Amino acid sequence: MVEDTLNIDGLRSKIGIEWEPVVCEIEKGMIRRFAQAIDDPNPLWQDEEYAGRSKYGGIIAPPTFIQTVGWEQFEKQFQLQVAPSLGRGRLNGGVELEYYQPVRPGDTITVITKIADVRERQGRRMGKMVFVTFEKIYKNQRQEPVAKCRQITIGY
Amino acid sequence: MTEQLYYEDIVVGSEIPPLAKQPTIRQLVMWAGASGDYYEIHYDKDFAQSTGLPRVIVHGQLAGSFLGQLITDWIGEQGSLRKLTCSYRSMNFPGEALTCKGKVSKKYIEDGEHCVECNIWAENPEGDKTVLGMAIVTLPTRG
Repeated sequence: MVEDTLNIDGLRSKIGIEWEPVVCEIEKGMIRRFAQAIDDPNPLWQDEEYAGRSKYGGIIAPPTFIQTVGWEQFEKQFQLQVAPSLGRGRLNGGVELEYYQPVRPGDTITVITKIADVRERQGRRMGKMVFVTFEKIYKNQRQEPVAKCRQITIGY
Repeated sequence: MTEQLYYEDIVVGSEIPPLAKQPTIRQLVMWAGASGDYYEIHYDKDFAQSTGLPRVIVHGQLAGSFLGQLITDWIGEQGSLRKLTCSYRSMNFPGEALTCKGKVSKKYIEDGEHCVECNIWAENPEGDKTVLGMAIVTLPTRG
C-alpha cells in the first residue's frame, strides 16, 4: 500500500472550482466508432437513411456517448489536478447521467467539469480509499443543456 | 428494429428482454479508441497487476454503455432515455459473459410525460450483479 500518497485535504480544497471549459465538435465517425465499440447495431446511430425517416430526422448518438465527449481533455486535467493526490490506482465507482436532448453530428458540445464531493472510506481489501465525485455539464452550440453527469472515481 | 413499446404495454414488475454481451480485450481496445479512455488497466496485464488488480478489467463505462443499449433496444425509436445510473460493485473481466437485465419498478405520468422507471443490472457468469443501476425513460402512448 502507498496510502501516504492519498491527499484528501488537497482534493477537498478543489471542490466547486470549475475547470477550463472543453469544446468538442461531434463528427459522424465518432458516433459510428462508439456504436461499433459497444457492438450496438441500432440504425439510429449509423444509418443516415433510416435515421432520416425517424422522429429525429437524422443520426443521433447513443445516450451513453456523451460521457466520452471531452474525455481526453478531462484525463489531462485529471492527471494534473487529481491523480497526484490519489494512491497507486483508481477505479470507476459509478455514474449518474441525465439526458435533456440527443447529441447529433455537427453539434459543438461544451463541457464544464468540477469536483463536487470528496469522501474518505476504509476499504476491506484495498485499505484507505478516496471517492471523488465529478460533475459535468454538457451544453450545445445554442447554449442548451444536453446532459449532466456525476461520476465517481475511487482512488486507492 | 423491434416493434415500438408503448406506455400502456408496461406492467410493473415485468422484465426487460436481456442483452447478452461477451467483451473481449479487442473490444476493450476498440472502446479505448472510441472513448479516449486509454488507462492501461484495460489492456496491459502487467500494468493492471502493478496496481493490485488480478488482470485486465472491463471499463466501467463500457459495461454502463451495454446497459444503455439494453434500454434503447427496449424503448424503441419513440422512447427516450432520461436518466441512467450505474454503480460498479465489482470488476468484470474480458472473455467472460456479461448479461444485462432489468425490471420495471414504477410507471407514472409527470408533466404530461409517460415515465417508466426500472432497475437494471449486469451479471457475470456466476450470477453476481457486478453493475447495479436504474433508468427512467419516457414512452409514447397508443392514444
